[in-house]
Amino acid sequence: MQRIGVFVCWCGSNIAGTVDVHAVAEALKNEPGVVFSTDYQYMCSQAGQDIIKNAVKEHNLTGIVVCSCSPRMHEATFRKTAAAAGLNPYMVEIANIREQCSWVHKNMQTGTEKAIILGKAAVAKVNLNTPLTPGESPVTKRALVIGGGIAGIQTALDIADAGFPVDIVEAKPTIGGKMAQLDKTFPTLDCAACILTPKMVDVAQNENIRIFSYSEVQEIKGFVGNFDVTIKKKARFVKEEICTGCGACVEKCPMKKIPNEFNLGMDNRRAIYIPFAQAVPKVATIDPNACNMLKNGKCGVCSKVCTAGAIDYTQKDEIISEKYGAVVVATGFNPISMDKFDEFAYNQSKDVITSLEFERLTNAAGPTAGKLLRPSDLEHPHTIVFVQCVGSRCAACAEKGKEYCSKICCMYTAKHAMLVRDKYPDTEVYVFYIDVRTPGKNFDEFYRRAVEEYGVKYIKGMVGKVTPEGNKLKVQASDLIANKQLHIDADLVVLAAAIEPDKSARSLATMLTASMDTNDFFTEAHPKLRPVESPTAGVFLSGACQGPKDIPETVSQASAAASKVIGLLCKDKLTGNPCIASANELMCNGCSTCANVCPYGAITYEDKEFMMPDRTKALRRVAQVNPAVCQGCGACTVACMSGAMDLRGFMGSQIIAEVDAICK
Amino acid sequence: MKVSYFPGCTLKTKAKDLDMYAHKCAEALGVSLEEIDNWQCCGGVFNTARNEVANKLSSVRALKFAKSKEQPLVSVCSACHNVLKQTNHAMQTDSAFASKVNLYMAEETNYDGSTEVYHYLEMLRDLVGFDAIKEKVVNPLKGKRIAAYYGCLLLRPNSVMQMDDPENPQIFEDLIRALGAEPVIYAMRNECCGGYVTMENPEFASKKSKAITDNASSFGADMIVTACPLCKYNLEKNGNSIPVVYFTELLAEALGVKEDAQNA
Repeated sequence: MQRIGVFVCWCGSNIAGTVDVHAVAEALKNEPGVVFSTDYQYMCSQAGQDIIKNAVKEHNLTGIVVCSCSPRMHEATFRKTAAAAGLNPYMVEIANIREQCSWVHKNMQTGTEKAIILGKAAVAKVNLNTPLTPGESPVTKRALVIGGGIAGIQTALDIADAGFPVDIVEAKPTIGGKMAQLDKTFPTLDCAACILTPKMVDVAQNENIRIFSYSEVQEIKGFVGNFDVTIKKKARFVKEEICTGCGACVEKCPMKKIPNEFNLGMDNRRAIYIPFAQAVPKVATIDPNACNMLKNGKCGVCSKVCTAGAIDYTQKDEIISEKYGAVVVATGFNPISMDKFDEFAYNQSKDVITSLEFERLTNAAGPTAGKLLRPSDLEHPHTIVFVQCVGSRCAACAEKGKEYCSKICCMYTAKHAMLVRDKYPDTEVYVFYIDVRTPGKNFDEFYRRAVEEYGVKYIKGMVGKVTPEGNKLKVQASDLIANKQLHIDADLVVLAAAIEPDKSARSLATMLTASMDTNDFFTEAHPKLRPVESPTAGVFLSGACQGPKDIPETVSQASAAASKVIGLLCKDKLTGNPCIASANELMCNGCSTCANVCPYGAITYEDKEFMMPDRTKALRRVAQVNPAVCQGCGACTVACMSGAMDLRGFMGSQIIAEVDAICK
Repeated sequence: MKVSYFPGCTLKTKAKDLDMYAHKCAEALGVSLEEIDNWQCCGGVFNTARNEVANKLSSVRALKFAKSKEQPLVSVCSACHNVLKQTNHAMQTDSAFASKVNLYMAEETNYDGSTEVYHYLEMLRDLVGFDAIKEKVVNPLKGKRIAAYYGCLLLRPNSVMQMDDPENPQIFEDLIRALGAEPVIYAMRNECCGGYVTMENPEFASKKSKAITDNASSFGADMIVTACPLCKYNLEKNGNSIPVVYFTELLAEALGVKEDAQNA
């Protein structure tokens, strides 16, 4: 028989305001097994915890029921208290009489009645509780960072600096991400390449970092501390270890008309290419869809000119399997497609471009060598119209745009407008906006400078239509403050396209069993208090995969994620959750139903020898639960038809006892 | 499939083609258009007499007729469709207006705005399906570059019409693709043609129509299709010489029933 103590918390007036706590303590005194019952103002305080500890000693308690707030809040606290008093921590049950009772009731009488019932259920359960001991699992001291943009780069560098090995998996032939495509960065206007490329070199030279570029994560199995990951390293048809990045092959490649992704298709690259001068790793890659040698065996020029002998037309995709203790998602963002925004004539005119394309047009390494020339006729544009919120904050048009604010556009548009006016003062620059949102250190000052010092014409209102006519773009817009229609003959229109998570994020989230919001941004474990962790243990979030972010914010989050990873990798062992499934082998008939529903792959089968009723021995197939992999979700216990599966701490008998206590 | 059909005055006079081809095509697609008994003019331009009850009554009667047959109400003329749809919406959402109308009509049963109102294009998309149409095309309009002209009444106000994105519509283009031709996307496709203004300020209307036809031509369109008789009138009278045809005629041609229709 258990000796149970009941501790009813007032939570100030949070509970005591609608629940008669004395009455609850008094009523629960008469429940089977209860030998002590009391109430106190704040049970979670030091004084409250001391009451529990003393009662355990004085009354030789074997079980504890705390009637208080949600177990999410203080279950861990009271389990520690119990442990300190020498009890097994899993002999503690919480009756939630705050969130599920006092906060939702107004009437003292009904609130009290319900609190008593909840308390009775918890007592009934504790009567059947047994001590549980958590298992331990080792931690693989290696981290995986998925995505090699500025977020992934910063996270990897910080983890490596702490002495742990890190692998970066990047889908493109080079790391660098979106930041490598930018020209200048707000609000300081330093050149993006100048601050990014040294970091890329650091990554390449860091002994603790391995880069798998041109690679994809194919499969992730396992759990915190023990992820088994399969990485596909796509064939680049160039031996990475031998290639010196001299570029001779690129120069001689006869396939010259392949749209250059790095410059967003505004110029061409060869079939064998190095994305940009500072690429890391600086090795060539052959585009198999463009290379004549790979398509029909006719050419082979690159292999002839390569003095290092790095070209290998027979290279195959390579599959790499590696173990990791932690996974950081840093898959970043992309601008949305402009296909559904024909009102801005993006697909109808070359001179309507996106802001990222504008970055390339003003970049010294871009298609126009940094001269601002319009794409159609390479003339200098004299009137430029910037349109903000194209597809952002678009509640009424959710099927083509995004409901959220993309956050970075106000600042980069101010940057673009200011730079144009600075370099080409003869250019008229208009910016159409819904609101100008510039919170951030030195951000609003930056925007004011664009307006006041550089004379950028900010107009509150949206552009309704862009009509290409001759070599002009007729822009029709509304000025909401002057309340009039505007017609502007522009030479160039720049659209601040909304940003969305990279398309690879969805399948990755499935592999990681990490949750996402409706926009496919990864969800953080807590929006305020755990912003860089995913709710899935061992999975961390870095950068714009979690929500729109500028560079300073991305770097902060990247370092924060790294510190969380380091905290995890520092541990030699992780204590598991003892509330896991176990199979009663005598009842199990080996039907595989439980293994089919297990989302973690924790269940395997084994042929075991059993003594049969007629005293003969027979082999029977029975389920086995891997305690390190099981997360205690309970799916198998519900699915098991013979009732052989049970969840420790939540046994069927315990749940039924609770229900009985409630219905009595 | 049977639907109630509201042709409208113009379709029986100036725009007989629009009506004739609509019937033939519906037949070919397995839809029977059942013309409403004793229909009258839709009442014309909803927005100019928003609070007036009298000129909405014929629309309400048409809607009520369709309701009594438990059929959706289909019309082809953009202007009629606009009036029918807006009137129906007002009957559904504006209780003061609805009770006034019902009192005025003084019939045995009141009308509550529950009839489904479709433009012929919407009927093709939502009830027949563009894929089904594609299968029935016998003369694909290969190589034709066709500019769809929406005008204003088909799409606006969007909160009521709910047909397509008013800034970047697709429904016409999707139909053109289903018929095997190439749609031309041009900026002015949802601008006003000048409408009724053509009667009191022909110069202004002319400017509007000219801009539309010029814009379509500059994107390489061979012809313009429209659903609205007034748009067709304005574009033909004031535009450049680009041909303007009704979408039903184009549909009839693709479905191989055009000559049938002309001989009937």
